[in-house]
Amino acid sequence: MKNNSIFKFTFWKVVAAIIIVLGLYSTYIRFFHGLGASTNLADSVPWGFWIGFDFLGVGLAAAGFTIAVMAHVFNIHKYEPIVRPAILTAYISYMLVVALLVIDLGRPQNFYHPLYMWNIHSVMFEITWCVICYSTILTLEFAPVILEKFNLKAPIKLLRTISIPVVIAGVIFSTLHQSSFGSLYLIVPGKLHGLWYSSLLPVHFFVSCIAAGLSMVIFESYLVARVYGHGLKMNLLSSLGKIVLGAIAFGFVLKAADFIIAGKLPLLFVPSEETFYFYAEIILGTFIPVYLLSNKKFRTSRFWLYITSIFVLSGFVLNRMNVAITGMKASSGVSYFPTIDEINITFMLVIFGMIAYNYVAKKFNVFEDAVHLEKETEENKETEPIILSN
Amino acid sequence: MTKQKGMLFDSTLCVGCGECYSACKIQNNLKETSDDFLKDHLSAETYTTVEEYGDVYARKMCMHCAEPACVSVCPVGAFEKTALGPVLYDADKCIGCRYCMLACPQSAPRYEWSSTNPRVRKCVMCYDKVAKGEGTACSEACPTGATMFGDLDELIAEAKQRIENDPDSYHNHIYGLEEAGGSNVIMLSSVPFDQLGFKVNLPKKAMPELTAQAMEKIPTVVSLGGIFLGSMYWLTKRKNQIAKEKNGISLKGDDHNEE
Repeated sequence: MKNNSIFKFTFWKVVAAIIIVLGLYSTYIRFFHGLGASTNLADSVPWGFWIGFDFLGVGLAAAGFTIAVMAHVFNIHKYEPIVRPAILTAYISYMLVVALLVIDLGRPQNFYHPLYMWNIHSVMFEITWCVICYSTILTLEFAPVILEKFNLKAPIKLLRTISIPVVIAGVIFSTLHQSSFGSLYLIVPGKLHGLWYSSLLPVHFFVSCIAAGLSMVIFESYLVARVYGHGLKMNLLSSLGKIVLGAIAFGFVLKAADFIIAGKLPLLFVPSEETFYFYAEIILGTFIPVYLLSNKKFRTSRFWLYITSIFVLSGFVLNRMNVAITGMKASSGVSYFPTIDEINITFMLVIFGMIAYNYVAKKFNVFEDAVHLEKETEENKETEPIILSN
Repeated sequence: MTKQKGMLFDSTLCVGCGECYSACKIQNNLKETSDDFLKDHLSAETYTTVEEYGDVYARKMCMHCAEPACVSVCPVGAFEKTALGPVLYDADKCIGCRYCMLACPQSAPRYEWSSTNPRVRKCVMCYDKVAKGEGTACSEACPTGATMFGDLDELIAEAKQRIENDPDSYHNHIYGLEEAGGSNVIMLSSVPFDQLGFKVNLPKKAMPELTAQAMEKIPTVVSLGGIFLGSMYWLTKRKNQIAKEKNGISLKGDDHNEE
């Protein structure tokens, strides 16, 4: 077998090492010289690139709950082979987001305060608790993968008995968490540009994360297939593509209705930087994917599906960065671009995430036998209703 | 019951002397930030500014909202709307998420960006003095009475009276009476407030209501979501089982017949 690592070549290892060294240096600057020295954040731009990246990390983790709900709650068993990859992606994304949030906090030594200093009116409080609870749930959901490696049957059995309530709680926390990022901006009608500000922001954030999260699974599975030589079944990916299409189309209809009802259509014809980025977001993330996905030829091709996922993800990245940065620019009165330190730290975390993904995918049973194991579980489950019905 | 305190700034009386600016710096132990106070801007070391717009001067500072956005958005409750009116910040609670800075309609809270343990900084309406029954440093320093400190209801009545008595000298609007749900700092001017760099398109309702609309749906999402997902689990599982039994795949079809 070939060296089945994502970092096949020494070249990429060197690149990764350089990024990590730069990232560690920037982390040192951030903690020992402050946010002012390491970022371009300022009084008029209190949130920047890192917050945008947090939105991305959490949004791309959305497959963790969408796949889990389809496979375990709606009992659509064909999705079971992707439960583990999706949860692994979500788990790593959440860990990266938590790390970046702590780096971004001005007083990180107080990060635990929300545990006992409560302000239930704060969206940020809701977000903090969603991060804590959903990270715990992801740990429980992913634990069997680790436990079975060491053949620890008792805890796996215990986890299996609580698995359905855990999955359902995970879906609820995810729903709240994804939408709450949109809710954050509800309080700034005077600051966020009209192209993005909407009382439906939480709904927009939720709907768009579903398309993005599933596209992330398509994207990863293509890369994994290239590295490991065996990917997910094509009909499975195509059906994911259909759901992505549905989510994007629904999101677009919702946005269009929102623009019409709020009388925001004239904004689309104002030549400005905001309008440009808005169109870029809509064309890349909505129009092109809708065209590709509604065409059966593209939807059933592994390569084209991969290309489509890149478009959906680009549109998603643009959307979140537009809300976090572009849409806030005019009201802040200054033009913000992240510093090299902000970028270094972010890239370092991405590399850490890739290394973790690669390591876990290689050492643990995430892809290969997932199908068989899930089948076993399925059989175990099937005995339950019969017992209940007696 | 303690009466809410407030401040009235009347720009028609302001001569731009900067005594309020200096008194504020001394009272709050703030560093020198500018040679020319008229060109200074709000920062971690400047709680109030005096800005020059032609021959009109305007003060900028925290408005001490009746229902402050900062108080509602802070995840750890580091901000407090005191019974007397001033909005205070507790650095010991703060985690440094800076949501207060983003959410404030006036962008009043400023940050100690160069510190490794930064605090949010803004006007505290001289809370220590006010709690002792004294006035704010800026109002005591003002030689013309442009900045007045007092009971908020009396200040509002006074502001209305001034406009009524001299409608020609005043733009007919009390800034801060309704903006963002009203505040404990109110302002009068001879010209419309947008000409003095104030945000005039703020909602009339309190800002926290905007997020409350979303927050209050959480219990519904949780309960309905739980019920929906729980029933879907049961239903789909049952459906799969029945489908399998019909197809003769079930190994224990007899059990089913006994039902």
